[in-house]
Amino acid sequence: MPDTPDQHQEPVAGGGLLHRRALLVAGALSAGGLATGLKAATGARSPATMLKPGAPLSGVGERAPSAGTIQRIVPSLPFPGTGSSRTPLQLLEGTITPNGLHFERHHNGIPDVAPATHELLIHGLVRQPLLFRYEDLLRYPRESRILFLECSGNSGTIGADTPVQGSAGQLNGLLSCAEWTGVRLSTLLDEAGIAPQARWVQAEGADSAGMTRSVPLSICLDDAMIALFQNGEPLRPEQGFPMRLLLPGIEGNASVKWLRRLKVMAAPAFSRDETSKYSDILADGRAELFSLRMGVKSVILAPSFGLDLKCAGFREISGLTWSGRGRIRKVEVSADGGASWAEAALTGPVLPKALTRFRMAWRWDGGPVTLMSRATDETGAVQPPRSEWLAKYGPGQTYHANAIQSWHVDARGRVSHVYA
Amino acid sequence: MSMRGVGSAMSMREHLIAGGLVLLAGAASALARDPAAETPRLGRPAAPEIVSRLDLTVASDGTGLPPGSGSVVEGRATYTAHCVACHGAAGSGGVADRLTGGIDTLASAKPVKTVASYWPYAPTLFDYIRRAMPLTAPQSLDDRQVYGLVAYLLSIDGIVSADARLDATNLPKIAMPNRSGFVSLEGERFDGNLERGKTPH
Ligand code: HEC
Repeated sequence: MPDTPDQHQEPVAGGGLLHRRALLVAGALSAGGLATGLKAATGARSPATMLKPGAPLSGVGERAPSAGTIQRIVPSLPFPGTGSSRTPLQLLEGTITPNGLHFERHHNGIPDVAPATHELLIHGLVRQPLLFRYEDLLRYPRESRILFLECSGNSGTIGADTPVQGSAGQLNGLLSCAEWTGVRLSTLLDEAGIAPQARWVQAEGADSAGMTRSVPLSICLDDAMIALFQNGEPLRPEQGFPMRLLLPGIEGNASVKWLRRLKVMAAPAFSRDETSKYSDILADGRAELFSLRMGVKSVILAPSFGLDLKCAGFREISGLTWSGRGRIRKVEVSADGGASWAEAALTGPVLPKALTRFRMAWRWDGGPVTLMSRATDETGAVQPPRSEWLAKYGPGQTYHANAIQSWHVDARGRVSHVYA
Repeated sequence: MSMRGVGSAMSMREHLIAGGLVLLAGAASALARDPAAETPRLGRPAAPEIVSRLDLTVASDGTGLPPGSGSVVEGRATYTAHCVACHGAAGSGGVADRLTGGIDTLASAKPVKTVASYWPYAPTLFDYIRRAMPLTAPQSLDDRQVYGLVAYLLSIDGIVSADARLDATNLPKIAMPNRSGFVSLEGERFDGNLERGKTPH
């Protein structure tokens, strides 16, 4: 590789991690490779696509046929509407989740809610109980925010005795990031008039699970939103059409979909999905309630299980990082099982409570390596090692699993999930 | 560790200042506008009858429990007709969640979380069954049947006696075995994650 001066490949940590300058020349390298390939493939001056008109316009665009295989990961379930499908994170780039690939978590299927008749009731400890129609909410001032949404059960298999061999999406795909647009919840609560003794707001969905969660009033008045749009289009039915609660940085289940009722209360309702489920069992058998904030976390997507390395040499390690507390400050990557670490580049903008892409230049020497990533958020909180995470919780805990994850690459380039 | 200061309005202002942008006073106040100040106020008053018809909530202290009552014996019959296929005989061994047993296992190597062993409040069981079960036909049972199901399910582990009849008065008084087993994270800003406050900054 004569076009790669040595200083671009200066190592910054063990296992072949390189200075970030190496990322800048990577483009030139792959372009060179591509040019050779094309010349070999065709003798013609122009490809066939230049010789005849293309397909006509269409009302709704579709993915390129070769990208059509990118699908949500759907398990087989005893009750098909009760469970979750996952975003295939390892097959996507950037940070925004395409709407059709946004993970799903339903407790009894997707309701078919008619926007013309759906109403949102705000009642309880308010001056005046109020009903809002969808078309009413469309007339309120809107705001847009790019936010991650993570199910609190995401990555829950990290507690398993032996590492589950699954793709990054299978293990961590209860995760999305979208631009959500809607009405500030505080606007509607103010309109109803919050009584002085109010402390909680119970949200209820119009689904057949009647999903209910109690949300602290402080969070409702801080940055909560009633989302109506997702990446520019009306919410998808599986994301709560026509309206859902959207609580930035908070476990996904509390962002109640198909929102129909908000009851302002002095205490939480202690409903089933905030006691029996979505509570965190500790090592001593007690359990934490209202563990709402999502922790600081990162996962490597390239390379990862199922995306084996075909040859040694230069490549980019990349992944996603996020924190429910705000912005990510840094991500460190290790290619020697945690013995040494180097700081990855963050692809901006680094937004609060949103996914951020991190990238690290790497030259794989063809030998076995263990890759890890460790995120630090703007509060200084650092993603914990698996051993420390396990020590806090009781057996079977699957919520709030934000421990460091590790991928092993063997000498044949095969990637497996390991505990390091 | 502070979670304040991460709200969008404030960070927007910080961003503008940090970026060294000079803004006209009018433009700056438009960005910082209070959305509540310009709201169309389109909510329509909801009459008390409408509110009570729509309000499905039964709180942990029993607020919201309807009139009526149901006994263990009645509940056993309802369970056999509507629940056993998924939850198994006497609330365990079915395809769906185990509902009974597991008391005193929570601190063991194999915690078994069930209604009996884990749930802190009995009224939650009424709230949940009434709104969500049976899975295939939620809200198809009447209030007396739901009271009976609560009585039957809790009788299996002896939490209520075999001749119990439950109503809005005695159901909230039931002492669930794991009532004191929960710690609320309200004082920790609802942040239970291990790394919270661990690192100085
Ligand atoms: C078709 C199968 C099915 C039937 C019939 C059914 N259930 Fe369920 N039940 C489920 C499933 C699935 C869940 C879990 C739902 C979820 O994940 O949100 C569940 C959850 C529950 C829970 C909560 C368990 C926990 O630990 O959180 C209770 C209580 C319950 N059911 C009671 C009943 C009762 C009482 C009946 C009869 C009236 C009934 N179920 C009928 C499938 C069923």
